[in-house]
Amino acid sequence: MAKVLMKGNEAIGAAAIEAGCKYFFGYPITPQSELPEYMAREMPKINGVFLQAESEIAAINMVYGAAGAGARVMTSSSSPGISLKQEGISYIAGAELPCLIVNIMRGGPGLGSIQPSQTDYFQATRGGGNGDYRLVVLAPANVQELVDLIIEGFDIADQYRNPVMILGDGMIGQMMEPVEFKKPKKRELPEKDWATTGTKGKRKPNIINSLYLAAEELEEHNKRLQEKYKAIKENEVKVESYNIEDADIVVAAYGTTSRIAKTAISQLEKEGYKVGLIRPISLWPFPYEEFNKISDKCKGVLTIEMNTGQMVDDVKIAVNGRFPVYFYGRTGGMVPTPNEIAEKVKESMEVKSNGCSI
Amino acid sequence: MEERIVVAGFGGQGVMAIGQLLTYAGMIENRHVSWLPSYGPEMRGGTANCNVIVSDEAIGAPVIEEASAVIVMNKPSLDKFEDNVIKGGKLLINSSLIDKKAVRNDIDIYYIPANEIASELGNDRVANMVILGAYLEATKLVKEESVLEAFTKVFGENKAHLLPLNKEAIEKGMEAAKEQEKAMV
Repeated sequence: MAKVLMKGNEAIGAAAIEAGCKYFFGYPITPQSELPEYMAREMPKINGVFLQAESEIAAINMVYGAAGAGARVMTSSSSPGISLKQEGISYIAGAELPCLIVNIMRGGPGLGSIQPSQTDYFQATRGGGNGDYRLVVLAPANVQELVDLIIEGFDIADQYRNPVMILGDGMIGQMMEPVEFKKPKKRELPEKDWATTGTKGKRKPNIINSLYLAAEELEEHNKRLQEKYKAIKENEVKVESYNIEDADIVVAAYGTTSRIAKTAISQLEKEGYKVGLIRPISLWPFPYEEFNKISDKCKGVLTIEMNTGQMVDDVKIAVNGRFPVYFYGRTGGMVPTPNEIAEKVKESMEVKSNGCSI
Repeated sequence: MEERIVVAGFGGQGVMAIGQLLTYAGMIENRHVSWLPSYGPEMRGGTANCNVIVSDEAIGAPVIEEASAVIVMNKPSLDKFEDNVIKGGKLLINSSLIDKKAVRNDIDIYYIPANEIASELGNDRVANMVILGAYLEATKLVKEESVLEAFTKVFGENKAHLLPLNKEAIEKGMEAAKEQEKAMV
């Protein structure tokens, strides 16, 4: 299939339909509204369902219902809307249902702004709802990768019976880049024999629920969930790294921030600096082990985010005291520039290495 | 080679369309491309701009600080973006609506009366295509044919009947840029 030029938000819709998603429940919010708009136009053409719910809470519970019936289903929103969906997300994780949730992040807290940000890293990777659950969280850095991760994300969700979140920001939602739609690597997907599709009098009813009143049963359920999360950690880490074996300093960044960092790194290379990059693509499971490959001569790791420092916690866990960890972030919808990042890299290299970090 | 273009003007002047045509044309010519619009609490008559990158290599930051070319369709955009042009870069000014001159003397400046040329063609709305033509002449970034091929992709097949008018507007813009270049020497 030839490449087409698509806006990130529309490409999400096209990729979901390509992946066999037939149901979309959502509620509009900038900067992702082109996605429900696209779905409203395209879903009827494939006999799918687009439904604008009365609220985000209603939308996520419609996802819960459709996922329980075994459908490929998706919802999307932006930061404050994702906050409203947290109860439903926790229920879906508890009931072990597959679905895709898209968060095109904007500045916060509260209603914040409509400009790009990465302030929901904690919420996405730690679980914004109650209970010991995890989402698989994938952070694309360009529109092609966004498409690829949406298509693969549905398979990951089905394989593990777990919600998958695509964590982008306003910039990737709004920008246009060429995309092509490729089949993901083949996965063995289990039958959805748990789905509530009607017994036809031939089997016991399937029950979709996250309520376990017996403490022993709930503990067993939690143990099962943890086993599943362990398997996801072993199999689903995605990371891109560049020049970390030879770098004097390594930048850690994800999503659109990582591509801005790449521009800064190529500028710095022209000036003779050796700068590496670790770009987590899966934010959960986080690519902790990748940081072990950083050369001992490295002087530090600089984390760059569009927030006040969230992934930096995971970077510190990964680095485990081997190097100082520095942080630079912009907030409120401000986007760091390549020049700013280049300056921060130089500053971080000048810090006298006494183990003290920011 | 990486061309970084900022296109700016009033909402409704077709600045997003200029950017999309350049982006699509770059993709047709197998270059790496990105298009990033300004978005925010915009209103009719407010300013709008987009950042277009056409490159031989994968594109890093889609946001442009240092532009190799800036196209401005109205005065507030000139005030806002003149300083973003790199030394030796190009600045294309819609002189129909911008009565002042640029301050910089280290860049190539083209004054294109885009709205007047468009009116002479019988449709004021193709002013954006006139200045796009001038830009193509000034930079040779992509071929005119690629832009024309991109036209129906960006605007849809139902706008194909407008292609001859838009082609003429692009070519008038090219002529205007050539005239300007004669004056520069």
